[in-house]
Amino acid sequence: MDTLDITPLLDIRGIRKSFPRPDGGELLVLDGIDLTLREGEIVGLLGRSGSGKSTLLRLIAGLSAPKAGSITYLGNEVDGPPPGIAMVFQSFALFPWLTVLENVQLGLEALGLPPEEIRRRAIQSIDLIGLDGFESAYPRELSGGMRQRVGFARALVVHPNILLMDEPFSALDVLTAETLRTDFLDLWSEGQLPIKGVILVTHNIEEAVLMCDRILVFGSNPGRILKEIKVELPHPRARLDPLFRDLVERIYVEMTTKTDAPAGKRIERFAGTGIGTILPRVSTNLLSGLLEAVAAAPYGGEADLPVIAASLHMEIDDLFPVAETLQMLRLAEVEGGDIRLTEEGRQFAELDTDQRKRLFARHLLNYVALAGHIRRVLDERPEHRAPWSRFADELEDHMSPGAAEQTLRAVIGLGRYAEVFAYDDQTHVFSLDNP
Amino acid sequence: MAGPLSGIIRYRTLSKWVEGSAVIKRAGHVPNIRRFAYRHPPGRLPGFLAVRAILLGAGGGMGMSSQPAPFSKPSSRLLTLWDVVAMLLVIGALVLLAQGSRGLMQPLPKPGFGAIGLDPSALPGYALHTSLRMLAAMALSLLFTFTYATWAAKSRRAEQVLIPLLDILQSVPILGFISVTVVFFMSLAPGRMLGAELAAVFAIFTSQAWNMAFSFHQSLRTVPKELAEASRSFRLGSWMRFWKLEAPFAMPALVWNMMMSMSGGWFFVVASEAISVGDTTVALPGIGSYIALAIVERDLGAIFWAIATMLAVILVYDQLLFRPLVAWSDRFRFEQEAVAAPPRSWVLTALRRSRLVSLALTPLGKAWRWTYRPPPASAKSRPVAHRKIQSRQAAWLDRLWYGAIIAVCLAALWRIIAFVLEGVAPTEAGTAFLLGLATMARVFALITLASIVWVPIGVWLGLRPRAARIAQPIAQFMAAFPANLLFPLAVSAIVALRLDPDFWLSPLMILGTQWYILFNVIAGASTIPGELRDIGANLRVRGWLWWRRIALPAVFPFYMTGAITASGGSWNASIVAEIASWGDTTLEAHGLGAYIAVAAKAGDFHRVVLGIAMMSAFVVVINRVFWRPLYALAERKFRLG
Repeated sequence: MDTLDITPLLDIRGIRKSFPRPDGGELLVLDGIDLTLREGEIVGLLGRSGSGKSTLLRLIAGLSAPKAGSITYLGNEVDGPPPGIAMVFQSFALFPWLTVLENVQLGLEALGLPPEEIRRRAIQSIDLIGLDGFESAYPRELSGGMRQRVGFARALVVHPNILLMDEPFSALDVLTAETLRTDFLDLWSEGQLPIKGVILVTHNIEEAVLMCDRILVFGSNPGRILKEIKVELPHPRARLDPLFRDLVERIYVEMTTKTDAPAGKRIERFAGTGIGTILPRVSTNLLSGLLEAVAAAPYGGEADLPVIAASLHMEIDDLFPVAETLQMLRLAEVEGGDIRLTEEGRQFAELDTDQRKRLFARHLLNYVALAGHIRRVLDERPEHRAPWSRFADELEDHMSPGAAEQTLRAVIGLGRYAEVFAYDDQTHVFSLDNP
Repeated sequence: MAGPLSGIIRYRTLSKWVEGSAVIKRAGHVPNIRRFAYRHPPGRLPGFLAVRAILLGAGGGMGMSSQPAPFSKPSSRLLTLWDVVAMLLVIGALVLLAQGSRGLMQPLPKPGFGAIGLDPSALPGYALHTSLRMLAAMALSLLFTFTYATWAAKSRRAEQVLIPLLDILQSVPILGFISVTVVFFMSLAPGRMLGAELAAVFAIFTSQAWNMAFSFHQSLRTVPKELAEASRSFRLGSWMRFWKLEAPFAMPALVWNMMMSMSGGWFFVVASEAISVGDTTVALPGIGSYIALAIVERDLGAIFWAIATMLAVILVYDQLLFRPLVAWSDRFRFEQEAVAAPPRSWVLTALRRSRLVSLALTPLGKAWRWTYRPPPASAKSRPVAHRKIQSRQAAWLDRLWYGAIIAVCLAALWRIIAFVLEGVAPTEAGTAFLLGLATMARVFALITLASIVWVPIGVWLGLRPRAARIAQPIAQFMAAFPANLLFPLAVSAIVALRLDPDFWLSPLMILGTQWYILFNVIAGASTIPGELRDIGANLRVRGWLWWRRIALPAVFPFYMTGAITASGGSWNASIVAEIASWGDTTLEAHGLGAYIAVAAKAGDFHRVVLGIAMMSAFVVVINRVFWRPLYALAERKFRLG
């Protein structure tokens, strides 16, 4: 590696981004992000949904402005969408009323190039990406993988310096996604792509290790970089390679390690005491299912997270909320990349339905503060009824209205399973009725 | 294997092959579907492939595409059949337009029906004039929609005023509008036909523009986020973004609303051609005046001729305008899955396949694309930092803005009340209110009656696809047909049989608008998911239980849409239905519509304004208090999926 000091393509320092809350406060989404992108590298932003990585990508693309900090692209401050940065979207973002050729030409038309050159470059780009012959097809005639190829062609045809990719393969089936990834990596390694650097946002750990040279692991609440991990495996990378698996394990450990939260900051992962904790909406079927899966052979109550995730085909966005809820209920513990059932968790897996519900109800009322609070309020009131708004207003003191609704819906699901209270969605009323 | 099927199968397998191209690409075999297609020149491709190739190639010819697509090749003949058809259509339209507008600058005929004759051979000319008025009003409505709705969508402050204003305008009775505005328009071109024509066109415009503007505004507000982000990240200017993203996205809903507007518009076209305000009676050449004269002369035969002509006019409009537009807007459909059968229209096909048309449109396309070029000073898109400063002053400006709105509203209210009180005693308001109650009772009773009759029939028809396919266009046609052409028949019968007008004039109000209930319920019933019906059959749910649990809840949202439209239409119709004449006899029912009509005929503007204000108030209050909550309930509880 040469030691010359090259100006980085992108230099981000101390970015903070917040959204205003309806009650006047602010919700901090990104807190103190530093990132540098140099020529010839693919940087991955890896984290769960809601950790601010897509927000960061849109800040880089100039689609919104940071509250504090600076974004410098090729030495200039980013102030609106800069030329030379192009984006590929998760849902392809193709215009349904334009053909493939017209979609690809869109960016070039906005640059005001002569028509012959627009056409020539567009056809070249379509050819490069493997869609030659489909120029006059409409997006509704194409499959998901082909539509994303059009998205790539459209981004590459403007010869950007930086390519931003927002979970580009997560809307595709596994086989198509793999095909596109390997095609992209082939073109990148052969130097056939006109781009100099790539930033990839993903929530799939294996995809990040497969594609990126550097991975920035994000945490949520608020979004910040937990760790930077360098991937120095040579291309093409194999998923079964022991070094590959080591890296995956390392990232799981990174994302499940408890840290002592400094005073004043909200605890990031898997803590949950006061009623101000945001609960994820998890079906009780999934909770039972994961408990049974971990309790069964070959894990016997203790499982390595990447292994069980792979065997259940769950990504971190599916697995972590379930594990988090189990941890909150003290039915399991998650630490150092492993999930371990507690004594009650092992019992739960053996019991029948009624006994399970009783055990679940005990844990729910003891350990999930919001559920206990709802039950207490209902017990105290003479008619044992309380409206949704009574609890929603209380929650909105601690979190945004959207998070309050999600948390309340989550606790309704858990409470209905445990049969500790009932809820009527027509009248929006909690009660102790037995329907 | 030979024949069209082989083409389809080969195409399908080839496309799947192309998808899994990674392995094949690396091995050096790049599949090229173009090579396959060129083996069969487009003119001789079997069935499916031929149609697809031509449509793909020529589909880009309409609207905003650049170059001919790879599949199309120049035909060997100079002029095809489609060219001839397209030429005939275009030139014919131009000739008709010229002929129709020849009379615009003529001096006004003397008041009364002097210039109108009852001879049936004059009817085609009158039909032409009526159609042209409709077209002019539609063009005006489109212009209004593109400017008003865009302004409301782009500016938050403007939206706070413009959208409620639109809501109120929608509730004002249109025919009441005419009497007030006709004098203004006549004064614009004194002594010439043009003034009266403007008044009529404006009246029709007010019946069409509002729902189009609402729909366009709604679409602009719901543009998919990622498409908007893609446009901004590729640095499309706002003009280019409007025509590449926002207008196409809004097009399907807009076209549908245009069709609804046109259907409802025929009623007002006919009603606004014979304008009589005070002593002035202006009869513009058209089917409406023909009917008005026939009523005065008690000529039943003439009425039948007029009805037949109107049927023909609506059919022609349907083929030449309605269907091509709907078929064209299918291109902008946003859902990505292919729907059952895309709408087809021979006019659209002719225009698309004709080479002359695409030759003529190419220079237009080039000029249009020239407007997309970025501004020469390489201006950045509006700096993001700029927006930060605005948010601080925003709160201050907001307060000023609200204050201004309130001040203007109060001033307007005071002005209206002062004007009305000039000419009438305050107790008149009480009379108007009671008459409004009478009309309201009539409207509700009629809607209930129409629902009881048409909902079961609609559900029965909707559940049988073949019957639905026949019945729905017929119901839409009946909704479009102006019911006021049928009024004279009913009125002559009432006069002859000496029936009570209060009771027997009422059904006229619902005559034209009951069809909205029918075709909406048919549409709703035909979209009940097959699985729900299967479960009902499987569990042997029958009779009233089936209606209560399956059929009625499923069609309830659609029924609400139909009922709301029918109710609004009935209020409008009350102005011409509650007072009707046959020859010398005038029948009058007690109601607000009759009040307004009588006041307009007498030229008493104070009473007209009072009547209009009262009716608007009734409609707005009923909407807020009754229809909207019901509609919200329908959306929330009964929406399927």
